[in-house]
Amino acid sequence: MQTELFINGRVHRLEADARTTLLDALRHHLGLTGTKKGCDHGQCGACTVLVDGRRVNACLTLACMCDGSEITTIEGIGEPGALSPLQSAFIAHDGFQCGYCTPGQICSATAMMDEIAAGWPSHATGDLNAPVTTSAEEIRERMSGNLCRCACYPNIVDAILEVQG
Amino acid sequence: MREFQYSRASSVSDAVASGATFIAGGTNLLDLMKHEIMSPGRVVDISRLDLDRIEAEGEGLRIGALVRNSDLAADLRVRRDYPVLSRALLAGASGQLRNMATTGGNLLQRTRCPYFYDTATPCNKRDPGTGCSAIGGVSRMNAVLGVSDACIAAHPSDMAVAMMVLDAVVEVEGPAGTRRIPIGAFYRLPGDTPHIETVLEPGDLITAVLLPAPKPGEHRYRKVRDRASYAFALVSVAAVVRMDGDVIGDAALAFGGLAPMPWRVPAAEAALRGQQPSAALFDRAADLALEGAKPQEGNAFKLPLTRRTLAVTLAEACGLEDMQ
Ligand SMILES: Cc1cc2nc3c(=O)[nH]c(=O)nc-3n(C[C@H](O)[C@H](O)[C@H](O)COP(=O)(O)OP(=O)(O)OC[C@H]3O[C@@H](n4cnc5c(N)ncnc54)[C@H](O)[C@@H]3O)c2cc1C
Ligand code: SF4
Ligand code: FES
Ligand code: FES
Repeated sequence: MQTELFINGRVHRLEADARTTLLDALRHHLGLTGTKKGCDHGQCGACTVLVDGRRVNACLTLACMCDGSEITTIEGIGEPGALSPLQSAFIAHDGFQCGYCTPGQICSATAMMDEIAAGWPSHATGDLNAPVTTSAEEIRERMSGNLCRCACYPNIVDAILEVQG
Repeated sequence: MREFQYSRASSVSDAVASGATFIAGGTNLLDLMKHEIMSPGRVVDISRLDLDRIEAEGEGLRIGALVRNSDLAADLRVRRDYPVLSRALLAGASGQLRNMATTGGNLLQRTRCPYFYDTATPCNKRDPGTGCSAIGGVSRMNAVLGVSDACIAAHPSDMAVAMMVLDAVVEVEGPAGTRRIPIGAFYRLPGDTPHIETVLEPGDLITAVLLPAPKPGEHRYRKVRDRASYAFALVSVAAVVRMDGDVIGDAALAFGGLAPMPWRVPAAEAALRGQQPSAALFDRAADLALEGAKPQEGNAFKLPLTRRTLAVTLAEACGLEDMQ
């Protein structure tokens, strides 16, 4: 399968078996190992990337299904010396221990803030028809697709709240 | 994962003519293909077909089969007129998964029975004729209503429970043309053939789900699960209740986690109509809803859990603050 992916602003041409997930394409074929594989079954969020601006689980997407799409991975969110506000806040708040879940957490939170800005409600939202307000409860619910085996949840929520305000 | 041929459908008719396995969001199919529980030889990608809009139709809504769960939950008309549907969607999966999951794929997602996933164990749904490991086994996630001696799998969808309470209709394009199937007639109970789960035939493509005019009243979706978020339902209740003064004018109820399909019991709804809400009345509705239940040792807890979940949901919907 020939697939063209626009990753972090650069075009990549991939020649791979149709079975290749977006996650394996990123890590094994394109050398972008910032995105992590935890469960490989949609259950942990370690593989979260943005496809056309939306957060998805790269392990449950075929690379060929993304042909022509714009993909943002943790490498495209920020780099040493030019960290995104969320990346800085994760450091300031100790939002990680081993760091394995962190790229997924940060990609997920980046897109989640856009979802809040777009007015999307969540399971924690009291009134579906009122403007969405930010709270620790909202952040916890909206980030429930990202597990942290080191249980850094309180610090992750604090880091996101600092940026989200 | 077994090898397969991948292609992208260029039109609805192209997809129907292919007779292949469709992939939409991929969140259930790819999971099952990785476990080799499903191993289609040909996979046709329908995700870019022009079926991703939510449009007014008559007094109701037409939801394209490829509308993503997150977009459907956030749609202003759904939030205002069909809030039970937004609530059910938001109670399911995670933000990432809802961005991928589609309306059609959600209806057709397969059971979370642990033995269905464990290819080392017998399972009539996965391998017809091998037996059912859940009967007498671990049955926490399994059904208590509508089950058979061949299979006690529960349908895992939250969205479908809301669609059921709203009397949704599934629009299907097949080799013989277009059909409209009420959701109550869409699923099949396991009987002797638990591997056949719906009335769809090979080549059938879901093109839309149609919602009739909004149902007036309070819309509630209550889901009980093993953790606060990102877990499948043990039991869920969708309720739409319209009060008429101090009596219940109309009530519609659907249950998730209890049966091989979203479960509706007209007798339980009829028992509520015209009555003053009370704990005794809700208990009577629960008796009717659970009639014919065949629990296993491992999931008998679902009977009292359903009773309590129904009571608190109805109390809320009827405005009985003191019962909660
Ligand atoms: C970790 C995890 C947690 C989850 N938690 C929940 C939860 O709490 N509640 C819940 O309800 N769900 C939950 N889900 C399931 C999720 O909602 C479904 O996987 C999703 O809705 C399936 O939609 P899809 O578009 O990705 O389907 P796909 O995987 O693309 O397809 C599923 C099936 O439907 C068929 N299909 C798809 N579209 C069509 C069509 N238009 N016409 C005909 N056939 C079609 C495919 O051939 C396939 O057999 C969870 C999933 C995961 C992985
Ligand atoms: S309940 Fe159904 S899905 Fe589960 S093991 Fe038995 S036959 Fe298989
Ligand atoms: S690796 Fe994708 S969700 Fe766990
Ligand atoms: S920091 Fe270790 S898994 Fe989250």
